[in-house]
Amino acid sequence: MANVLEVRNLKAYYLMNYFGVQREVRAVDDITMSIGRNEVYGIAGESSSGKTSFIKVLAAAIRPPLRVVGGSATYDFGGGIEVDVTAARDEDIEAIRWRHLSYIMQGSMSVLNPLRRVGKIFEDFASRPLGLSGPAFRQVVVDHLGRLKLPPSVLNAYPHELSGGMRQRVTIGLATVCKPQFIIADEPTTALDVVVQKDVLSLIKSLQVEMGSSIVFVTHDMSVHANIADRIGIIYAGRLVEEGPTRQMFTAPRHPYTAHLVASLPRIGDMARRPALEGRPPSLAAPPQGCRFHPRCPLAVEKCKTEVPPLATIGPGHRTACWRADDVRPLVGAEAAVHA
Amino acid sequence: MFSVFRDLVRYNLEFAIGLVLLFAVVIFSCLSFFSPVDPSMVYRVVPDQPPNLDYWFGTNSRGQDMFWQLSFAFRNSLTFGVTVAILSRIISIVVGLAAGYLGGWVDRVLMFVNDIFVAIPIFPILILFYLVMKTGSNSFVLAILMACFGWPFDARLIRSVALGLRYREFTRQAVFAGMSPLRIMWEEHLPYVMPIIFSTAMANMIWAIGLEVTLAVLGFTNLNIPTIGTTLYWANNHSALVVGTWWWIVIPVAIVVIMFLGLFLLAVSLNEYIDPRSRLRRMGA
Amino acid sequence: MSMLLEVRDVSKVFHTGGLLAPQAVHAVSHVDFAISADKPEIFTIIGESGSGKTTLARMILGLEQPSSGTIAFDGKSLAQASGGERLKFMAAVQPVFQNPFEAFNPLKKVDRYLESTARRFLGLKHKAAMATAMDEALQKVGLSLAEVQGRFSHELSGGQLQRVAIARALIPNPRLLIADEPVSMVDASLRMAIVNLLRSLRDDFGVSVIYITHDLATAYYISDRLIIMQKGKVVETGPARVVLDAPEHAYSRLLRSAVLDTADAGDGNLRTDPELAALAARVASQTGRLEARADGRSVRVY
Repeated sequence: MANVLEVRNLKAYYLMNYFGVQREVRAVDDITMSIGRNEVYGIAGESSSGKTSFIKVLAAAIRPPLRVVGGSATYDFGGGIEVDVTAARDEDIEAIRWRHLSYIMQGSMSVLNPLRRVGKIFEDFASRPLGLSGPAFRQVVVDHLGRLKLPPSVLNAYPHELSGGMRQRVTIGLATVCKPQFIIADEPTTALDVVVQKDVLSLIKSLQVEMGSSIVFVTHDMSVHANIADRIGIIYAGRLVEEGPTRQMFTAPRHPYTAHLVASLPRIGDMARRPALEGRPPSLAAPPQGCRFHPRCPLAVEKCKTEVPPLATIGPGHRTACWRADDVRPLVGAEAAVHA
Repeated sequence: MFSVFRDLVRYNLEFAIGLVLLFAVVIFSCLSFFSPVDPSMVYRVVPDQPPNLDYWFGTNSRGQDMFWQLSFAFRNSLTFGVTVAILSRIISIVVGLAAGYLGGWVDRVLMFVNDIFVAIPIFPILILFYLVMKTGSNSFVLAILMACFGWPFDARLIRSVALGLRYREFTRQAVFAGMSPLRIMWEEHLPYVMPIIFSTAMANMIWAIGLEVTLAVLGFTNLNIPTIGTTLYWANNHSALVVGTWWWIVIPVAIVVIMFLGLFLLAVSLNEYIDPRSRLRRMGA
Repeated sequence: MSMLLEVRDVSKVFHTGGLLAPQAVHAVSHVDFAISADKPEIFTIIGESGSGKTTLARMILGLEQPSSGTIAFDGKSLAQASGGERLKFMAAVQPVFQNPFEAFNPLKKVDRYLESTARRFLGLKHKAAMATAMDEALQKVGLSLAEVQGRFSHELSGGQLQRVAIARALIPNPRLLIADEPVSMVDASLRMAIVNLLRSLRDDFGVSVIYITHDLATAYYISDRLIIMQKGKVVETGPARVVLDAPEHAYSRLLRSAVLDTADAGDGNLRTDPELAALAARVASQTGRLEARADGRSVRVY
């Protein structure tokens, strides 16, 4: 398999039954995509779009009430290691966790146990996957910390003794010390200050280039995607609505939602009035019929209300799910002037 | 309200069983309102009769019909337990919420008083109370006294929840929305405290009834009023197990077990239902 | 020209540590600015975490007392305000907090805060009058009472909740809104609705806004004037576009360079100038003084 991750028709729902109230929340509703080696794939979407649930499935963190009801998500880490996380046994997942597949989560403090020193936390996570212990292990960790510009003294500190930026770097270090082939980053820079955010992003990018890993980078902030992602996938209401190379997604989006996401970003030096997206994302328990974006879409026609547009390829590496893909124009900026 | 009840009965087995058990005991004790006999009279019927068709629970050595006797006993004990639980909840909620939310010197004074009450040994005081009052003591005053001792631990629990809530952002917003501290404590914070109140109320009831039984068996309450404890006192006094009138002890104990079991199951199942976190999950948050 | 809010040489020092090893944290040092009552404006305070911007906001709202300096609203100092005057002050200066999900009690419906504000600050007693006041305020933010009534906080999106919070703050017809990072916890795609709303509050309803943020792009978009704070000290201040188009102080330049731009999307340009970062770190501990410039800004020089 050329790709490190192949997702086919993945469906994951929350099935809940409390005191007679049954709810079926279709968090991931038929997603098909793939991620190649040595690639940064950005996933963009609003909160409650289902992107977090999608990431949970990819990270093999599927716990009730979240259940995979269809499809597959298969990893190929090379060297014959292939795992379908929707059907794998616990031992198989334990074998790949952290060694081939790791994650960087939002909010570094909650990942790091406040009662354990950083060195011990590294041991907890990485000693077994690396198969090392004692001085050999410590040496590997110290070398890795050096790449992150962290001094070895960090290993003796408790998490609360470090600054926010340093903690996030420790979290990144934890996720990358085993040199995994696939890293899932879930909003790793969202709560950080601007200067620290740029630092952290630059660090993630340089590590990725050095290790040749693939990263799935999830955030709702398109300006982060603009600077770190090679390809971007937009998730709306549990479905993938557009996917393409970064530059094209910003200069020539082919889905009205993407066009809005891109246009709503304020830029220093540009005082033009920016459009705001009206309405709210649909409830995943009762999504609209047909195209799920149609209640908020400025280009919606009758067909959109009843028929679900398929995710169709409209260019090299560029897919979109819109009946009126050809009519989509960038909304603001120089590109808008060109197309107007 | 009714739909909540119906849902609980239908979907929560613990609640249903607890309800059935407690209901049985409550109905039994309500029968005392229709009793044809006066419970304080003795030697009205043939003594020491085992349970038979005339006397369902038999009769005791004092010549009383056990069925009606126990009916009164459970009614008195249940009322007693509920009174103590309600009174002590009121005190612990007021103290806990005020200390947690208002802080400062209010907190310090209230917790000082709280710690004093934790340290005072309750048993000697109750005995002293009986010795002073003798037959003048009635259950209501005893209930008030017990309520005064039953609140400190729970007040601290409530206070810690209130402390956490004080720094949440919706409390600040409520302040800027012009809500008075009283309104904030009552409307914003009380719902978070409900699970503690509920489970501790049940525990409190069990504790109060148990303490009353202890006092009565030792002879430190007004023995003319039929309660579970006084029943056991008289049974012991007449050496019931030795003489062979086993139904005098076994039947009240069996009903007590059923009652406590019912209370416990109700508390546990309602607790899960009231807990804000599970409520939020049900609402779909 | 009368002043709506005057912050004169305000400092706040927090004392930590015990008797034998006392430590003083200078959260805010000698901040000085004023907002005019005649012309509504959006005044932005820019700073990262630890810059003292939240402490400053809390002092303006009356939640903390300054260690030195004065804060005066409409010419009256806050420190000596009586009960009735505090109420008038609370009606005139309302906050909007950062986390819209935390700002509402998840177990209660959201409209009760609106109702309470209407009752307390407008003195309304009848349901109908309160409903009208609530609906008016909600219309100003682009919502309506019908949409919001009876809803719990988890039924609305972050953007909607924040708008409800702003509507609540608008009910007593305040003259000044203190918005502490109102969009940082809202999805990037929903931010513009709130930011545009703040702009319209100034333009259409004459409400001044103190907008606290670390996001320079939105600050550029809506501010009239701004101050940039670093470790409790003001390092640069002046008209928004003037300062952000060409920042002078090292820290301002560092912030400006850290903003992620979409202009060269896909190029992945993430380098930060290490000399600039070092310079900004160096001046953080120095004091210096503010010097005025010809184009209306003031810069801290050392």
